[in-house]
Amino acid sequence: MLDLRQVTKTYRVGAFGGERLHAVRGVDLAVAPGEVVSLIGESGSGKSTIGKMVLRLIAPSAGAITFEGRDVAAVRGHRATKEYYRRVQGVFQDPFSCFNPVFTADRVFGLIRAEYHRSASAAAWRARVEEALATVRLDPAQVMGKYPHQLSGGQLQRLLIARALLLDIRMLVADEIISMLDASTRIDVLNLLGDLKARGLGILFITHDLSLGNYISDTAVILRRGRVVEKGPTGEVFAAPAHPYTRRLLSSVPQLHTTWEQADAALRAGGERACPGCARGGQPGAHGPVELAPGHHVGCFTAQD
Amino acid sequence: MSEMEPDVRAVQAAEGLPAQAGPPERRLGESLHFALRNPKLLIGGGVVGALLLTGLVAPLFVQEGPNVYVGPQAQAPSAQYWLGTTNFGQDVFAQFVFGLRSTFLVGLVGGGIAAVVGMVVGFTAGYRGGLVDEVLNMITNVVLVLPALVVLIIAAAYLQARGIALQGLFIGLTSWPWVARAVRAQTLSLATRDFVDLARLSGRRAHSIVFREIAPNMSSYLFMTFILLFGGAILIAAGLDFIGLGPTEGVSLGLMMHNAVTWGALQLGMWWWFVPPGLGITAIVGSLYIMNVGLDEVFNPKLREL
Amino acid sequence: MSLDVNDLAVYYRTLRGDVRALDGVSFSLADGEIMGLAGESGSGKSTLGKSLIRMDARMRHVAGTVRLDGAELPVADDARMVPFRFHQVSLVPQYAMSALNPTRRIGRMVRELVRSRGVDYAGVHPELLRRLELVGLDEQVLRRYPIELSGGMKQRVVMVVSTLLNPSLLIADEVTSALDVSTQRAVAEALAGFRDRGFVKSMVFVTHDLALVHQIADTIMVMYAGRPAEKASSRTIIEAPRHPYTRMLISSLPEVGVTFAGKRLQGIPGRPPGLLDPPPGCRFRDRCPLAFDKCAEQPPFAEVAPGHWAACWKAE
Repeated sequence: MLDLRQVTKTYRVGAFGGERLHAVRGVDLAVAPGEVVSLIGESGSGKSTIGKMVLRLIAPSAGAITFEGRDVAAVRGHRATKEYYRRVQGVFQDPFSCFNPVFTADRVFGLIRAEYHRSASAAAWRARVEEALATVRLDPAQVMGKYPHQLSGGQLQRLLIARALLLDIRMLVADEIISMLDASTRIDVLNLLGDLKARGLGILFITHDLSLGNYISDTAVILRRGRVVEKGPTGEVFAAPAHPYTRRLLSSVPQLHTTWEQADAALRAGGERACPGCARGGQPGAHGPVELAPGHHVGCFTAQD
Repeated sequence: MSEMEPDVRAVQAAEGLPAQAGPPERRLGESLHFALRNPKLLIGGGVVGALLLTGLVAPLFVQEGPNVYVGPQAQAPSAQYWLGTTNFGQDVFAQFVFGLRSTFLVGLVGGGIAAVVGMVVGFTAGYRGGLVDEVLNMITNVVLVLPALVVLIIAAAYLQARGIALQGLFIGLTSWPWVARAVRAQTLSLATRDFVDLARLSGRRAHSIVFREIAPNMSSYLFMTFILLFGGAILIAAGLDFIGLGPTEGVSLGLMMHNAVTWGALQLGMWWWFVPPGLGITAIVGSLYIMNVGLDEVFNPKLREL
Repeated sequence: MSLDVNDLAVYYRTLRGDVRALDGVSFSLADGEIMGLAGESGSGKSTLGKSLIRMDARMRHVAGTVRLDGAELPVADDARMVPFRFHQVSLVPQYAMSALNPTRRIGRMVRELVRSRGVDYAGVHPELLRRLELVGLDEQVLRRYPIELSGGMKQRVVMVVSTLLNPSLLIADEVTSALDVSTQRAVAEALAGFRDRGFVKSMVFVTHDLALVHQIADTIMVMYAGRPAEKASSRTIIEAPRHPYTRMLISSLPEVGVTFAGKRLQGIPGRPPGLLDPPPGCRFRDRCPLAFDKCAEQPPFAEVAPGHWAACWKAE
């Protein structure tokens, strides 16, 4: 449904724009209907940039993004853009910053109505909003007419998901949507994504937290400095991480029932293996994605950094 | 539910969470609460209001035009001519109230045009960014370094018939750059907020994002900017009038002072001819600035005298 | 016991009344103990951390005492706390360097800070270099500007400087929250190393991340709505918690290996009570599946097993 082919984003930096900053380099990935793809990476890995490119908030420098067979870059003009956003929506990290503090929180629904459902009657619209709120398990009485600061981060984040559900979306970009939420409520938002996936939505789940990525996703994409270093079915990537970076990252994740020492020991027990992609004939440190198992790719780029 | 808001906020602030601004209805109420208790705002607003009312109402009761020779020449204030008469027998009171009217008109036209141009340029540059920003920024900087007074003098000297409105237009067209710069800076910072991205995802057009999403967040700032521009325009107009480049028709406070000085009111000791217009301009501009300081205190909680 | 906090209550003054951010907290810290202080936003964990070193203008000490190494810590008196800060009690804040002057070199800031606390800089300079090296930073770092350092490097500089005089108690306030996974680990392990080397006697590690804190802490205290819910050894808190809040919190945390399709986790329904005028009794009552009549009465923070305290009637 969503396809990224060799997508690259380069920024000019420096006093005269002479230097180049490669935020995203040659990323390939695909999201199918009913699939959750996790983009996992640390700060500076380019994960949010990819999300923003899919949402057309920034334009790629090179490469192509296609959605349902159509090139996203070819979506031009207000009408076409609106149609694109009818299908593809986003939810961002900071729920407080997503709401205009001057207005009530449910104004985000009002915007959707004004742009997309002008002809809907007040009653029909209210029914629709209530249905969306029920999907995200919010009580309309508790959230309608309230100002953003009167609601909790979890409620606001669910309002934003409900807002996306008012459109006929096929694809949701969820950019770090739980990192600002409290532990006891974040799991509910995560479960909600799982339910949406069951309804056939494709979800691009962007996170720095490996355990969250593991919980929800079908496919995991590990990013480092703008490049995909490992990509594959979540179970495989987490159970048998191939790239040294993935392995180091996994061993640094604080886990509830495993100490760091135990994780290190497990890593050593597996042997300080070299990149298996190199073993399969890739040029060490400079090979692109090499397929280890069906759908499980690993790439080494250290020589080009 | 509503009982727990302030404490949640206090604890959130204490726990290092981003503090949220209050809702508009409470903020408006709060602003009004502090506005009605702010002496600077009340005094400034009172003076400006009284003078505005005089300028609007009093001319209706003056029988003859302000430049008509109605009475004896160079007479001190009396029961018949409250502010005396000029060397030519014109009623100074009539001139003063008509002058007030035109002074406010110049402020409104000049300040209004500067505010509109400055905001349009600032919003566009800040929100569009890129090449548009570069070009607008360049224009802004060019206008900013132009010696506005010289331009106004030249323009005024070349135009044959000059009215109050035209003077306001010229003032407006030369005093917008700093507004544009300030609005651009604020827009740049607000445009990075997620709610702007969300509005784009909702299919909003650029202009409605700027005016319905970004501008409401800086409404108090825009209001204060307009007040400052209003006062500034009045001051520039008075300066132009005084050096003889004022309107060729009509009357204004600056023009009165110009005439008074030209016809020797100072040497003849005719204080009633130049004191009222001078005092009028000082009172209006001074009160506007005091009002602005008061408004700053109302809108900015940190400056409130608690 | 190096730290002894007894029935501490600190309220925030607001226009609408006192917010009971910290309402009767008692615990103690043994020599060499690292205590993780965990809780969600609004639980009072940061308030507690701040109370032990510097109260801000809106905070009001209402009751309770704090004793450090046998001497009373005058937490309510800002002026009398001055000789204790940096010498006896020190703090590593979340965004330490971001608050500092970006136009000054690190070395100069450190020198000024040390001198402002009445300490001879030349005397501590060699030790400073030695400790910087310990956390993997060389002398060069002192000649850099804050902007030239990464978040993890800044955090380590601040850690070294704040523990330079071997304070008895170190408060680390969300020091890893803004860092990347691999940096988080380095910073947390460096802090534990400080305790091992005796740079600090005991430590309070304030965080919202239970999975992280149990890696380095000896004990964990979980707070809820201004009160301690449970305190025990890290292992016990993770594996055998007794307070229903701790249990539900831990079971809501996704782990590597747990998936939505395999095992759907549950959050805790509801929200914490408002602290402006909190309801009497146990503050978790409204969200607690085990609540019964007696919960209308505040349960004491009692020792339910050796070294294991819990504030719940059903924790025995």
